[in-house]
Amino acid sequence: MTQHYAPGTHPDLPPPSNTVGPIHWLRVNLFSSIPNTIVSLIAIYLLIISVPAAIDWLFFKATYVGESRNDCARDGACWAFISERFQLFVYGFYPQAERWRVDLSAVLLGVAIAAVLWQNMPGRKWGLIFAAIYPFLAGWLLTGGMGLTPVDTNDFGGVMLTVVIGITGIAFSLPIGILLALGRQSDLPIIKYFSIGFIEFIRGVPLITLLFVASTMLSYFLPPGSNFDLLLRVLIMVTLFASAYMAEVIRGGLQALPKGQKEAADSLGLNYWQAMRLIILPQALTISIPGIVNTFIGLYKDTSLVVIIGLLDVLGVGRASVSDTAWVGLSTEVYLFVAVFFFITCFGMARYSLFLENKLNTGHKH
Amino acid sequence: MSETQTNANNDICIQIQDMHKWYGEFHVLKDINLEVCKGEKIVVCGPSGSGKSTMIRCINRLEEHQQGHIIVDGTELTNDLKNIDAVRSEVGMCFQHFNLFPHLTILENCTLAPIWVRKMPRKEAEEIAMHYLERVKIPDQAHKYPGQLSGGQQQRVAIARSLCMKPNIMLFDEPTSALDPEMIKEVLDTMVELANEGMTMICVTHEMGFAKQVADRVIFMDGGEIIEENNPTEFFDNPQHERTKLFLSQILGH
Ligand SMILES: Nc1ncnc2c1ncn2[C@@H]1O[C@H](COP(=O)(O)OP(=O)(O)OP(=O)(O)O)[C@@H](O)[C@H]1O
Ligand SMILES: [Mg+2]
Repeated sequence: MTQHYAPGTHPDLPPPSNTVGPIHWLRVNLFSSIPNTIVSLIAIYLLIISVPAAIDWLFFKATYVGESRNDCARDGACWAFISERFQLFVYGFYPQAERWRVDLSAVLLGVAIAAVLWQNMPGRKWGLIFAAIYPFLAGWLLTGGMGLTPVDTNDFGGVMLTVVIGITGIAFSLPIGILLALGRQSDLPIIKYFSIGFIEFIRGVPLITLLFVASTMLSYFLPPGSNFDLLLRVLIMVTLFASAYMAEVIRGGLQALPKGQKEAADSLGLNYWQAMRLIILPQALTISIPGIVNTFIGLYKDTSLVVIIGLLDVLGVGRASVSDTAWVGLSTEVYLFVAVFFFITCFGMARYSLFLENKLNTGHKH
Repeated sequence: MSETQTNANNDICIQIQDMHKWYGEFHVLKDINLEVCKGEKIVVCGPSGSGKSTMIRCINRLEEHQQGHIIVDGTELTNDLKNIDAVRSEVGMCFQHFNLFPHLTILENCTLAPIWVRKMPRKEAEEIAMHYLERVKIPDQAHKYPGQLSGGQQQRVAIARSLCMKPNIMLFDEPTSALDPEMIKEVLDTMVELANEGMTMICVTHEMGFAKQVADRVIFMDGGEIIEENNPTEFFDNPQHERTKLFLSQILGH
């Protein structure tokens, strides 16, 4: 059956036909053995009975507009509630007249994120400078002052609050985490032990505890009468919390690099910060991307813990809405909505990280 | 005392005096004395663990010595970071495992230090880099990444990268011992060429053919001490010390 060729003349042949194609895929992946076949059949059966019913409830029998629970069909989802309250979900209690500032911040956030994520953006250098000042610009836009009507941070809520906490944590925890990771490896004992002490303390305490400290205890330490914004305290705590984890993720990346990289940089006369910025960190951060994005996602989802100290993020608004008497019994829809919101953003981050890993891996993988 | 001596004799570019080094309790370098003149080529050999790498790494302060003096081109190595940076920008080094920067292209590897340490304009740095890449015969690889090159090519890039800083002194720490036999020659050829142009070189290597061809002096180390030093002919034909004889019989024996 196999044909033989003289040495050195063997042509490239296509693979045998029974190793490619959909039938082959099914045979190998779903029906390769009797137990495998049984499991596959059970799984297919469960999908057939559950998926159409779920789709029916979610979409075909659902009600999309209405004034109260009574307008909704009984055997379908009641999205009318979400669309009624959509503004609340997005803006929280931000004053109606000032909501353009939230919208503007969101658009500018899009620009800043594009600059950070899109390597070939035209004028990326300016985009990155803009991204660096964006957190402060957005802080001014959202809280007001200096020509804008001040808005109390107690009025922040919903998606907007979640994004504010998440983006602040992400934007500041990476640089602080890098500094802590470098500090932990420092030759200077004070810097080294401060970094270790900070990281281990923060990692040893649950975030909720830190948030309680932020909401109650800090006022004992601060001079009486000083009014230190609750949201700002929460932002600081969330950022510090994520920084400690970030530092450990990055330390893993630093340790994975061969010692020779730093030695080569030293021998060429680069100083410490040049060696870190140009040689060590680009490689260590690339290795750490999965861990960094994992920490980002964890931080982003942890923002919903602020409900406990009375801030109403997406989940908080959802929970508050469930107790509305006009819309009783809608918790499934509300929590599904919140879950989908978190899933879309977190899944987006995860996909981007995969994309980035693949991109950075090409060209110089050993 | 040492300072005045160096300044008096302009020909000496590396001076190591009564130098000791410890790793914790372990006395790894014992009373090292060595003077290297401008343009001299020194080959250092000795059994594994004898302190060869440690000694040449002290010369650009990749390792710190605890006692004695090391003076390079009139600058004494102390804890003063300025002195260390000054010495490092004069002294190039090639490592056993090349230590190229894998996230940068060959060209970027070569231009990095001139741009950031010498503050050279990028264009000029690239011209110099291409000049040295041509000299080590790999200009056509300039836009590849290190991972795409063979070991011999990578080591030649590492040599070019060091040369781009226009060093007065080159240190080599077993530059060929991680290479397959057919690549050793291309690297040694590059080094011979460099030697013929008058570069001051200190080479840790077991390539005895190279030592015979270019070395002005061969230094034999064992147990952290310099046991014997001599010109290559004498060193190979007429070793003085028992340990040198034993070592030579081992590496030349097969
Ligand atoms: N960082 C370190 N800490 C402790 N001991 C070390 C360290 N680096 C090297 N040593 C020890 O110092 C001694 C000299 O090491 P060195 O690397 O200089 O030897 P070498 O002559 O270059 O050997 P080789 O031919 O194997 O490269 C060895 O015994 C080694 O185990
Ligand atoms: Mg060695």
